[in-house]
Amino acid sequence: MAEVILKNLSKSYGDQVGIADVSLTIPDGSFVVLLGPTGAGKTTTLRLISGLDKADQGEVWIGGRQVDNEMPAQRDVAMVFQQYSLYPHLTVRENLAFPLKSPVLKTPPDEIERKVNDVASVLQISHKLDNKATALSGGEMQRVSIGRALVRDPAIFLMDEPLSSLDAKLRTDLRVELKRIHASLGATLLYVTHDQIEAMTMATHIGVLDHGRLAQFGSPRDIYENPNSLYVAGRLGQPRINILPADLFGGMPEGTTQIGMRPEHITQGEGVEAQVQRVEHLGDQNRLHLNLQGHDVITIADPATDYEPGAVLKIAPNNPLCFDATGARIR
Amino acid sequence: MAQIQIKNIRKEFGDFTAVKESSFTIEDGEFFMLLGPSGCGKTTTLRMIAGLELPTSGEIYLDGEEISQLPPSQRDIAFVFQMFALYPHMNVRKNLSYPLVSQGMPRAQVKAKVEEVANILGIQDMLNKPVGGLSGGDRQRVALGRAIVRDPKAFMMDEPLGALDAEFREHMAEELRALHDRMNATTVYVTHDQLEAMQMGDKIVVMNNAVVEQFGTPQEVYDKPATMFVADFIGSPSMNFLPFEGAVSEGATSVTLNGQILGIPQQRQGASGKLVYGVRPEHIKLSDTGDYRGEVITTEYLGTTQIITLDTPNGELKARVDSAQIATVGEKVGLSFEAPKITLFDEATGAALVSELNEKVLAHG
Repeated sequence: MAEVILKNLSKSYGDQVGIADVSLTIPDGSFVVLLGPTGAGKTTTLRLISGLDKADQGEVWIGGRQVDNEMPAQRDVAMVFQQYSLYPHLTVRENLAFPLKSPVLKTPPDEIERKVNDVASVLQISHKLDNKATALSGGEMQRVSIGRALVRDPAIFLMDEPLSSLDAKLRTDLRVELKRIHASLGATLLYVTHDQIEAMTMATHIGVLDHGRLAQFGSPRDIYENPNSLYVAGRLGQPRINILPADLFGGMPEGTTQIGMRPEHITQGEGVEAQVQRVEHLGDQNRLHLNLQGHDVITIADPATDYEPGAVLKIAPNNPLCFDATGARIR
Repeated sequence: MAQIQIKNIRKEFGDFTAVKESSFTIEDGEFFMLLGPSGCGKTTTLRMIAGLELPTSGEIYLDGEEISQLPPSQRDIAFVFQMFALYPHMNVRKNLSYPLVSQGMPRAQVKAKVEEVANILGIQDMLNKPVGGLSGGDRQRVALGRAIVRDPKAFMMDEPLGALDAEFREHMAEELRALHDRMNATTVYVTHDQLEAMQMGDKIVVMNNAVVEQFGTPQEVYDKPATMFVADFIGSPSMNFLPFEGAVSEGATSVTLNGQILGIPQQRQGASGKLVYGVRPEHIKLSDTGDYRGEVITTEYLGTTQIITLDTPNGELKARVDSAQIATVGEKVGLSFEAPKITLFDEATGAALVSELNEKVLAHG
């Protein structure tokens, strides 16, 4: 396992910016998630590290070695793609063993046997080892393709939305499983997703990408509680953060044009009056959709409250995040 | 708009029973969810209300009139499918006009009606565009518009958001619900997504294996599940089940699990044998002192709250606690459960035992 450093990395495809001047250190043993919408540069970053694409500018360092001129095979990285790519004519065991049989690695047969069995038991597919790869469910196939990366002992695992093609229940299970695997192997992982729940629950560090630029890098808690721009604040949080003009409540620092209030950071019973438009009963909480002088605001209430549409309640921000006209945070 | 009453409806396809004797009532103006996993009979039920399938037995009343054997065209119900069924060779205006023109409505009236509906849906500026060039969301809006122009008594929707991506889906769900609140049309909506059902529905019917498991408001179904299936299907993470062998008598306020005495709402029904102690993740508290112990396996940060997975003598358990609370993997912690919110189940039948908590809900079915 190794530390990976990106220095001022840029890549464009024609006039389309892939990533622009990204500098980032992926600490040894960390689980870094790159988060961003489609086109933010997440997959480009992975491809540059793996060597599938060549950067226009900047450097990639893996384990203290600059790798920009190395082939993908020499870089010692393992990649898992969104679409499981297994050999359909081979069994699960043969699929898992395949990377180890590479002439570069020259792994002895008993070593291969041991590693395949280890990985199969971690991924809970031991009982399916002799099945044809095509005789598996979607979730099992994705586990095998993750397993194919795990049998090796690469400097870093690169994963490109490996869970996005799975159904909700399985995704939840594999999320916990991946986290467990990461902890037990002490592996370094770079994981790309546009799913904020995956990012928050699994990552030790999150890098938020915005149109090819790294907008913020920090722990999930940091990104959620202490975003440095309006853009980053909007990436995490379900329901989304409420963005309102600063003068609605007053008393904000100078230069503030907009404030961000997470739904749970709204005090009820004081402040400005808002009308209840709709109440969603989600069981563990009630979501209130409010109209505050023409602005939509979502907040959370205890499931025991019984507001009706049309009711009026006073709300006030509780530790709001303040932003200036450019969207930068004012602290 | 209308009230729809379903009485002992049943549908067989050859040997296969898709829906077994089901009864429920959809009140006028309600947004009503049919929720369940694939193959549970929810779509078949919807199709029977719309008249696309005829029930093997049972009755359907629309505003008091028995309609179960009428053809769809005489039921005055509009259907919105998951795959937006639009005429690809027509523009948006023609797609919207079609149902009215085919009813023989005068041109001028059709034009006025189409503009009105386009306004409601915010698609007035694309009336002259071909539907082929529209985004998924706009196409679904047009499909909705086609259902609305006819002013039907009720709308049937079969996973209308299923084909949209997650972010946009949330947005359309809100739009659809807001539209319903403006028009107040009785709507029956099929989905397998429990969050969608909780968010949008006034009432929910939960179906499984051709049977109605429970029928009620989102809050009732969540707090007072009638069966283990409902408790598991609704909520994310779902309810924790701690299986145990023992007995509970009428009037009891506690049970014994692994030698620990745990509180429960006062029971109205006794039972013994294989039972299950059901507790929602947010009704578990972590403490240093609790006698019921568990080991932290993973923590998942979710902003305000976090999900903690614990290994306990009765199996794995998930707790939702404040994210300010520190929990370290490997640590052994004490757990306490909010007694008034607990549901006991009979493991063999999966049915909830009647208690102070759920007696009112279980009494009416």
